[in-house]
Parts: sequence; C-alpha cells; structure tokens
Amino acid sequence: MSPPVLELRGVTKSYGGTDVLRGIDLTVDEHEAIALIGASGSGKSTLLRCIDLLDEIDDGDILLDGEPITVPGLDPVPIRRRLGLVFQAFNLFPHMRVIDNVTLGATRAQSVDRAQARASGLALLERFGLGDRADAYPDNLSGGQQQRVAIARALLTHPRAVLLDEVTSALDPELVGEVLDIIRELKADGMTMIIATHEMEFARDFADRVCFLADGRIVEHGPPEQIFSAPAQPETQRFLARLLARR
Amino acid sequence: MTTLPPLTTREDRARAHRHRARRSITISAISTIVVIGGLVAYVLTSPGWPRVRRQFFSASVFGSSFGSVLSGFWLDVRMFLIVEVVVLVFALLIALVRTMRVPVLFPLRMLAIVYVDVFRGVPTILVVYLFGFAVPGLELSGMPTSATTLSGIALALCYSAYVSEVFRAGLESIHPSQAGAALALGLTPTQALRHVIVPQAVRRVLPPLLNDFIALQKDVALVSVVGPQEAFRVAQIFAAQYFNYTPLMAAALLYLSVTIPLTRLVDRMQARNMRERGGLLALGPR
Repeated sequence: MSPPVLELRGVTKSYGGTDVLRGIDLTVDEHEAIALIGASGSGKSTLLRCIDLLDEIDDGDILLDGEPITVPGLDPVPIRRRLGLVFQAFNLFPHMRVIDNVTLGATRAQSVDRAQARASGLALLERFGLGDRADAYPDNLSGGQQQRVAIARALLTHPRAVLLDEVTSALDPELVGEVLDIIRELKADGMTMIIATHEMEFARDFADRVCFLADGRIVEHGPPEQIFSAPAQPETQRFLARLLARR
Repeated sequence: MTTLPPLTTREDRARAHRHRARRSITISAISTIVVIGGLVAYVLTSPGWPRVRRQFFSASVFGSSFGSVLSGFWLDVRMFLIVEVVVLVFALLIALVRTMRVPVLFPLRMLAIVYVDVFRGVPTILVVYLFGFAVPGLELSGMPTSATTLSGIALALCYSAYVSEVFRAGLESIHPSQAGAALALGLTPTQALRHVIVPQAVRRVLPPLLNDFIALQKDVALVSVVGPQEAFRVAQIFAAQYFNYTPLMAAALLYLSVTIPLTRLVDRMQARNMRERGGLLALGPR
C-alpha cells in the first residue's frame, strides 16, 4: 500500500515563547480533502505554513509521500515545488499580469517551456472563468477573481497536494461562492487538499474529514457528519454552538 | 402615487458643470498673469536690471561661447550616463547586502554599513578632491590616473551611498507575504528577489531615484575642481575671459535641457503605473 500523501507526527511550533502548535498528528491520504476548523489563532495557518516549509517546525516530523521533509539541512525549495499553497490575502504579484502570475512557478521553478506554460496557464484561467482577464493586472480584479487566479497559480505546477489557508475569509460574501465552486471542482478531480476554513456549511458538505483545532492541538477529528452533528469533545461543542448562535 | 417632477434636470447639472469649468479656467489664467507678470515687472524695473542684463544675458557673449560650453557639456552627459549605470548596479548590490539576513554576508554587511555612513557623511566635493589628487599620489599600479576617470569614481561612490538607501527603503517596503508567495511557488530565494521583490521595490522608489539622478546630473560639475573641462569649467573660463557671466547662463540652459525632460519622463511613468494598478489620485475641486 502506498504511503499517505502527507503525514504529520507530533509537530510543534512556537513563536517567541508562545506555543502555536503543540503536537499535531495528521495523515492525509491520496484524493482526500481535509477541512481544518477552529477559532482564529488556533494554529490553522501556522500548520499550513509549516507543511509548505515556509516556517520551520520545532519538533516532530512531516512526511510527503512517505519521505521526511523536515530533516534539518534539507533544501526546502524542491519540496515546496511539490506542494501548492493559497493564501487568505491572495498575495498575487501586483507588478505582473495575471497570466505571468500563473506561469511564474512553472517557468522559473520548474523550467517548463514559456510557450507551453502560457498555453496551460490560459487553459486553466479559461476553466476558472478568467480567460478574458489573462492580460489584466491583479489590482484591477475583484477579490473573488484574484483568489481564483491565486488558485490557478498554485495548480499550474501540478502539486501533490494543495493547502488552502482561509481562502474565502478576505472576500465579500457574494464572491465566496465562485471560489468555493472551484475548490469543489478540484475535489471532483481528485486533488488531495487541506483547507483551513471558517465556512462550516462548506466544510460539512465538502470535506472527507474535519479536524477541529484549538490551542495548537487537534481536539477532535472525524467525518463531517460526526463533528458537526455529534461532537464528542466539550470544546468542539462550545465552538460550534458559538458559531451557530452568531447566525 | 403620483410621480413628483424632478427638482433638477440633466441640463441643469451640465450647465452648472460648464459654469464651474469656465470659472476655474478664468481664475487660473488671471492668477498666472498676476503672479508671473508681477515677478517679471519687479525684476525688470529694478534699478540694477540694465547692468545685470549686460553681465548675465548678453546675446553676443552667448553666441561666441555657447559652442564651447556645449562641447564641454558633452563630457557632462557622458560622465552622467556612465556614472548613473555604475551607481544603479552598485547601489542595488549594497542595498541587497544590507537587506538580506544571510550569515555568509555578515562581514560584507558591516562593510556596507561603514561605506554608506562614510560616503553619505562627507561632502561630495571633498571626495572628488581626494580622488583627483590623493589617489594618483599613491602611484598604485593598475589605478587609473586620468582625472576624469578618478573624479567619476568619486561621484559614483558618493551617489551609490545615497541611492543604496533609496533601494533599501524600497526593498523593505515590500510586504514579506510577497516573498512567502514566491517561495511557496518553489522559487529559490534568489529567484524570489529577482522576479518578485526587486522589480516591485524599484518601481516604488522610481521618483526618489530620479531625484537623486537629477542631483547627480548637476553634481557632475564638481569634477571641474580637479581639472576635467566640462560645461561649468568651460563657462567659467569664458566668463573670466569676457568679464561677463553669460557663459554660465548658457551652461545653466544646458543642464535644464536634460533635467526637465527627465522629470517629465518620470511623471509620465508614475501616471502610467497608477493607471495600471487602478489607483487614482483625486484631490482638489472637481
């Protein structure tokens, strides 16, 4: 049997004396979509940044396709090329046209031929309903369009897994749907992903497994029906009750 | 329910708009005439004006000196162009060394800090003097001996110190999330700098950068203290010869002929940048 795409064992991380992650264990199998839920500051973003090696973990191991990637001294660059990360604030490159944003990783990090990268970039934008925006600059796009471009940018390098960090949290409510639709499409294509989200309904009908994070620990995880309908832990119950009370 | 008649019509608004436009044109025309006309009248009616005109604005002296000043100015232009390119490259390197927190670069970083502190703190004319007279005195093998080259190096060193601080401000103004996004794509740190950070930083500091280059264009005149016959030097020689300052006015005209177009060029680049990035500056009355 092939190893899980991602495996986290006892991952810890602290920033300036504050423990942000306190021993995270998690496996993500091929084609699996995991939703990370939890209050702001529970460690969701940090976890995703650590998996993509943007932040160095303090202890524990992360394995990608069974191969440890958090060994000290290992060059993070080739490993990052095998993962895609999409940010809450899009982080598009404002000085580049949309198409150049999308193809930068393929042409520079993976030395794909420029014309070929452009063709596949245009095809992907077309598929995301952005075919006519390829030559625009990111600042002239709506938030929803920018986030779709950012997802296209993360996909063009054919990652093994995509990590999505609250990708709809910076969007106006009416723009959330267009981004979530794309994520559903990726899921249908069998993309392996971890998505940190505050969209509980989306997490419920989309994810294969839901992980509830609090204070840097996975308090509870399981299929969405179980987490949302019959949470076992009092912390999960409180978190969900607070969310329900708000709407 | 009855529809109320509109209180204002499209024509009313258009009329008001035209009225406002006409009024602002009239006001600016009148204020221009009053201010400029007043200043000109003030100078022209001053008791010393006829003498100043002879001393500074003599058509015949202008005619007989302009050609030589112009050929001296050609040296300014060449020095400016070469020094500018050297400054751009060198200053960016210094700024990168100072911005990047790589342990290997630590000694270089210290060196860069000392260099910038020293060359920003010393008058340019002093550095030109030192390079023009002291360096040839060392009789170092392989060192250029021409006063033009040496004073060019002095200018490049002084201006690189200033410009590196402009670049550094630009580099530090780019949000770390941009580097994060570049690295997440699998770019190496060097690629992230080259394709993502530096292009944005340079764009952002273009106006102050050009400001420094306009200053450099004028400061080329400082090399005259160690010998090279550039426009200011040539103008001085002619002024002494004719007992008339008009050649200096000719030199001033030549400097302006370069600096003003440069300024306009950057204004246009800025405006284009604004448009592309969807930004609009709307201040003042409509």
